[in-house]
Amino acid sequence: MSSKLMFNPRNAYGEALIELGEKHKNLVVLDADLSKSTKTIMFAKKYPERFFEMGIAEANMISTAAGLASCGKIPFVSTFAVFATGRVYDQIRMDVAYSRANVKIFATHGGISVGEDGASHQMIEDIALMRALPNMTVLAPSDATQTKKIVHLMAENIGPMYARVGRADAPIIYSEKDLEELKIGKGIVVEDGKDITFIATGTMVEPALEAKKILKEQGISARVIDMHTVKPLDEKLVLKCAKETKAIITAEEHSIIGGLGSAVAEILAENNVQTRFLRMGIKDVFCESGSPAELWEKYELNEKHMVKKAQNLLKK
Amino acid sequence: MKKLSQKELLKLDLIAVRIRKHIIEMLYQAKSGHPGGSLSAVDALVALYFVHMNHNPKKPNDPNRDRFILSKGHAAPALYATLAESGYFNVKELGKLRKINSILQGHPVCTSTPGVEASTGSLGHGLSFSNGVALAGKLDKKDYKVYCMMGDGETEEGQVWEAAAVASHYKLDNITAMIDRNYLQIDGNTEDVLKLESVKERWSSFGWHTIEIEGHNIKKILEALDQADNTKNKPTMIILNTIKGKGVSFMENNVDFHGVPPNQMERNYAMEELTQLEIKLEAQLK
Ligand SMILES: Cc1ncc(C[n+]2csc(CCOP(=O)(O)OP(=O)(O)O)c2C)c(N)n1
Ligand SMILES: [Mg+2]
Repeated sequence: MSSKLMFNPRNAYGEALIELGEKHKNLVVLDADLSKSTKTIMFAKKYPERFFEMGIAEANMISTAAGLASCGKIPFVSTFAVFATGRVYDQIRMDVAYSRANVKIFATHGGISVGEDGASHQMIEDIALMRALPNMTVLAPSDATQTKKIVHLMAENIGPMYARVGRADAPIIYSEKDLEELKIGKGIVVEDGKDITFIATGTMVEPALEAKKILKEQGISARVIDMHTVKPLDEKLVLKCAKETKAIITAEEHSIIGGLGSAVAEILAENNVQTRFLRMGIKDVFCESGSPAELWEKYELNEKHMVKKAQNLLKK
Repeated sequence: MKKLSQKELLKLDLIAVRIRKHIIEMLYQAKSGHPGGSLSAVDALVALYFVHMNHNPKKPNDPNRDRFILSKGHAAPALYATLAESGYFNVKELGKLRKINSILQGHPVCTSTPGVEASTGSLGHGLSFSNGVALAGKLDKKDYKVYCMMGDGETEEGQVWEAAAVASHYKLDNITAMIDRNYLQIDGNTEDVLKLESVKERWSSFGWHTIEIEGHNIKKILEALDQADNTKNKPTMIILNTIKGKGVSFMENNVDFHGVPPNQMERNYAMEELTQLEIKLEAQLK
């Protein structure tokens, strides 16, 4: 891990906003007293007149963004994932999703790797909440390069969208060139394989790639899918993997209820696909304070556990 | 209230210094957390837990106890150190703040820590929760009191004003809320982020009895708490004019120490300052 090039997806978000601000004069940014953490401060410094500090008042921020969108602005709204979804669910539901407002909610500090702040700040239900909303697109980029690309796509495609990244620095997986063809709703086959498929999203793509390497030494060939878009889900790709490999494991820094794992399970079940299947994620508990690495270990969300789960699943 | 002697007041100041030392050490060990808002809240916590509140650390679930709700949950280190010094749990636990498998989570959790009344950390909930506790007290004809502390930035949350209306409407005179008015939040000064202007007038206009005092003077805090308890038919808001980072010179009024722990050098320096103050107070007590 240490030899890998690390970059924080939040910084990539800040950089993307600056680029987009130049290109789209109608792009505006709102934040709720967390601009230093979400990195919207980068945009605020460059375009102070298009940045709105809304104070610690997230519900108001979402509805305000919807109003801005109704007048042709492209609002990017940022705060921690826990405050960007759960706290403001009804505002998103009415003013953004139902109204098909062109609001882009970009949340940082998603998942348990928020770490020491504890379960109050570890958002593990945001994907489920956002996925349940009609009209909402749900995104979880896996590294800084992809984050930047996805932020551009969010600005350039119309409609309500939610994206979440983690807090921590993340190893770089992609070059810009790798992602030239990236499309919302189209998963990426990062590594091919024939025995088992990891369908991972966000922060779990990187450990899945590590798990693949370890499994390879044991003679197991794993495919790794980066499912950066959880909704609309790339159903075709899911079904293809179910056909071409013997088992599927989904991996997400999110509850096993309602997120990527659920979405994939729904597709498999409704298409009468018989396959070995396992959801990796938080097993319907609130986690706790600790370092990200300790938490990933305790709650079984690292490459080590992916390897173990893959071995067991293939034995079944 | 019983009149406190000069010596008793000095003892309270000494407890406050010790709690501040705990906070610095806890945050240094945890390598994350919120020094500024923890340090600014200490004196009010000392006044509540060491004098004013009716509570028993050996019986944390006593139905007749007074309740304290820390709505600004990021000041958990101040609450934990106060609870430990009061005897709710061993002071040794403080070293495990924010570590895995600890009873001391990054933000307060009522199911993890003895003495913690409400799970907070998402700002803006505490006063509503306090209203519930106060309404239950009225229903059950119990005479316990409810104390709730909020940050000044926290009162930007709309929910706070929903709660303000309810407390006033139901004449919840068993509630005393406090605002840690340190003029700072994360993105800067409260008046630049989202101006609060006259906090006192806002609360008065919502039907609250409001008192504004120096928030690091324990004697004045105790007087205000007494006045609050004697105020009938309306809730009381005590605006504590405080200094974020109080007690550690380089953290005072420094927005950069909102959510960044001291490094080793800063910790040593802070401990030295606080220890000097401790020695001075001990000498005065002799
Ligand atoms: C609902 C919610 N939004 C945002 C945050 C992130 N946050 C933690 S502390 C803080 C600033 C709090 O400022 P203030 O209330 O003035 O507290 P103090 O100055 O006493 O630390 C913010 C925005 C949060 N914890 N909860
Ligand atoms: Mg403040």
